[in-house]
Amino acid sequence: MRHLRAAAAITLALSVAAGVTGCGGGTSSDGGSNESPRTLTYWASNQGPSIEADKKILTPELKKFEKETGIKVKLEVVPWADLLNRILAATTSGQGPDVLNIGNTWSASLQATGALLPWDDENFEAIGGRDRFIDSAVASAGKEGEPPAAVPLYSLSYALYYNKKMFADAGITAPPATWDQLVEDGRKLSKDGKWALGAEGSNLSNNIHQTFVLGQQHGADFFDEEGKADFTSDGAVAAVKQYVDFMAKDKIVAPGNAEYAQNQSLTDFAKGRTAMVLWQAAATTFAAQGMKPEDWGVAPVPVPAGAPGAGKQTNSMVAGINMAVFRNTRNIDGAKKFVKFMTSDEEQKILCKTYGSIPPVKAAQSDPAFAAPELKVLRDTLATSAAPLPQVPNESQFETAVGTAVKELFADAAAGTPVTTESVRARLEKAQQTMQG
Amino acid sequence: MTTTVTTDPGTDRSSRGTSRGSGGARRGMPRIPDRIRRGGLPYLLLLPAVLLELLIHLIPMIVGIVMSFRQLTQFFISNWGAAPWTGLENYEIAVDFDAPIGEALLHSFFVTCVFTFFAVGLAWLFGVTAAIMLQESFRGRGFLRALFLVPYALPVYAAVITWAFMFQRDNGLVNHVLHDQLGITDQPSFWLIGDNSIYALIVVSVWKGWPFAFLMLMAALQNIPRELYEAAAIDGAGVRQQIRRITMPSLRPVNQVLVLVLFLWTFNDFNTPYVLFGKAAPADADLISIHIYQSSFVTWNFGTGSAMSVLLLLFLLVVTAVYLFLTSRGRKGSHA
Repeated sequence: MRHLRAAAAITLALSVAAGVTGCGGGTSSDGGSNESPRTLTYWASNQGPSIEADKKILTPELKKFEKETGIKVKLEVVPWADLLNRILAATTSGQGPDVLNIGNTWSASLQATGALLPWDDENFEAIGGRDRFIDSAVASAGKEGEPPAAVPLYSLSYALYYNKKMFADAGITAPPATWDQLVEDGRKLSKDGKWALGAEGSNLSNNIHQTFVLGQQHGADFFDEEGKADFTSDGAVAAVKQYVDFMAKDKIVAPGNAEYAQNQSLTDFAKGRTAMVLWQAAATTFAAQGMKPEDWGVAPVPVPAGAPGAGKQTNSMVAGINMAVFRNTRNIDGAKKFVKFMTSDEEQKILCKTYGSIPPVKAAQSDPAFAAPELKVLRDTLATSAAPLPQVPNESQFETAVGTAVKELFADAAAGTPVTTESVRARLEKAQQTMQG
Repeated sequence: MTTTVTTDPGTDRSSRGTSRGSGGARRGMPRIPDRIRRGGLPYLLLLPAVLLELLIHLIPMIVGIVMSFRQLTQFFISNWGAAPWTGLENYEIAVDFDAPIGEALLHSFFVTCVFTFFAVGLAWLFGVTAAIMLQESFRGRGFLRALFLVPYALPVYAAVITWAFMFQRDNGLVNHVLHDQLGITDQPSFWLIGDNSIYALIVVSVWKGWPFAFLMLMAALQNIPRELYEAAAIDGAGVRQQIRRITMPSLRPVNQVLVLVLFLWTFNDFNTPYVLFGKAAPADADLISIHIYQSSFVTWNFGTGSAMSVLLLLFLLVVTAVYLFLTSRGRKGSHA
């Protein structure tokens, strides 16, 4: 009992001390320390078909790193839905991992918090130099003109995946290249309980990715040049309406998709319930759900007319995962070594092959594995007709505000409530008004 | 560590000496002034609790209140002490009911009131009904009692995510039963988006909350003397009259606390809507807890979110105070 009380007193004293010192929040120094040089904690984003699969893929690589450097990496795979919250909590408390993955669309938002190590020339030098990476990937790692908040790790873009057999059965010989064709083909495919296109109506990020691309095609950026929200421009309204109309007006998306948020549209595709899905690097998920590679084809995301290209023919956002280091890491040298290891030519080939992504490291791209048809489409899209989401500090608010508006419009469409230009504009207006700061 | 451990037995000894009786001092062996020892001991014993209370409740609350006066956005969250003071601006934003942020807050407040009324009312009703029905001994009573406590024993996340699966439109059990088997609905309904979402939320909340009411009331029922019922029966009172005249009045003190606790838990419930709907709840089920969370963690306006939390705290404090005042007055009245 006496010991118990003593232990309680110590714990209490320590936690009070920790609480008091923690109140200041974060550090203002440029980088962390080397207090704990033998270990690192790493939050990996969920890339593969499941968290278990990710652990299986990454563990041997981490062992390799440990063997090379003697640094043990404690891995935690964080699901996408939780990742931003976890990062935010870690930022507020100053108690985060040493190294972590971030979605590249969050780069500018997280950069603004000042919690991540800026990748200036000196830090880039420690991992082999900035020139090793593709420009578009580095550009989507932070605000223009400032040292990036992270280093590109896996690059991705959107493509149109289609079910070859369902296309053949409907007498369609080639995947649609324009939206008009997609709707036309979609009507042929949507029958007998089967649907043409899958959507994730309750997944806010996915809603943003899709409507951003359509927005680009309609000449809308969602933010003006000063970085202020501009959600109600005619182009933005038309883009959101076009996307929701696939369900509301064109009837080529199943109403049930309005409540999808956990990649159920990929399951529907793999089970032959939908014929097309717009996704980034879906091959591993299809394989995990028992679909054979020869059953599906891949094509660029449709554009309004003609062929994909820069400007209005943009057909994907620059998607990807970056690697960031928490500024107050207790193993700064080890963290940089780990980033260097994960972005080395060799590891890039291994990891990107496994995940079906494109290496943002130029030297790794030359591997023949990345010339496979699916990856070729993704790579060409990334190189020629993809645009990064707005790199503004409010980006994550934008994802939530507009993503929620699209979710609500899908709910209306599913319930049979008319979706009109006015109703779309009203929702976007409301979304814009919730943006503070 | 060594210092603390060696100091502690000393403290322990001295406290034991004191606790053995204040008579020791009179027998003429005071080392530390006895007055301090005697007067200080209760405070010393209370100290851990006070410190923990400070650490767990008061400090975060004060931090929250301080935050509500600052313009705390993503630019300052890693060093929030540097966030600029904004005075009452966050509060003005929160209560400006003509602007979208205030309007949405008011909407979520009303949604929460309706939700709480039905969720607490039904949870209490099921709890009291089950407790009364299981009062008499019968075969299988133990099994039923254990079964009724399952929702209370299950981890919230696991239970609510299971409900989320069951509420899915195309593959969920709820539509399978209502539409496919019973034919009650014309077509499969959406439960997780749109107008029906509030019903889904109430169902899960009641399912999760009623076993607590059941447990409390079952314990309270054990304390009612059987003789009262026997006497009432002899006087010709039926079951209904017994419940009305004996059971309900006897349960009153427990009910008063129970309803208050259920109200506070339900009004503040975050887990159920968050697991059921994710971070963007449908407008019809946009509870205030989720709404404040969204303002803070999703749109990264921690200042406004904190101001909303403080307003919620004040509201709940006022409601609780009024409730306690009214119920205690009622109790005094009934005793008089």
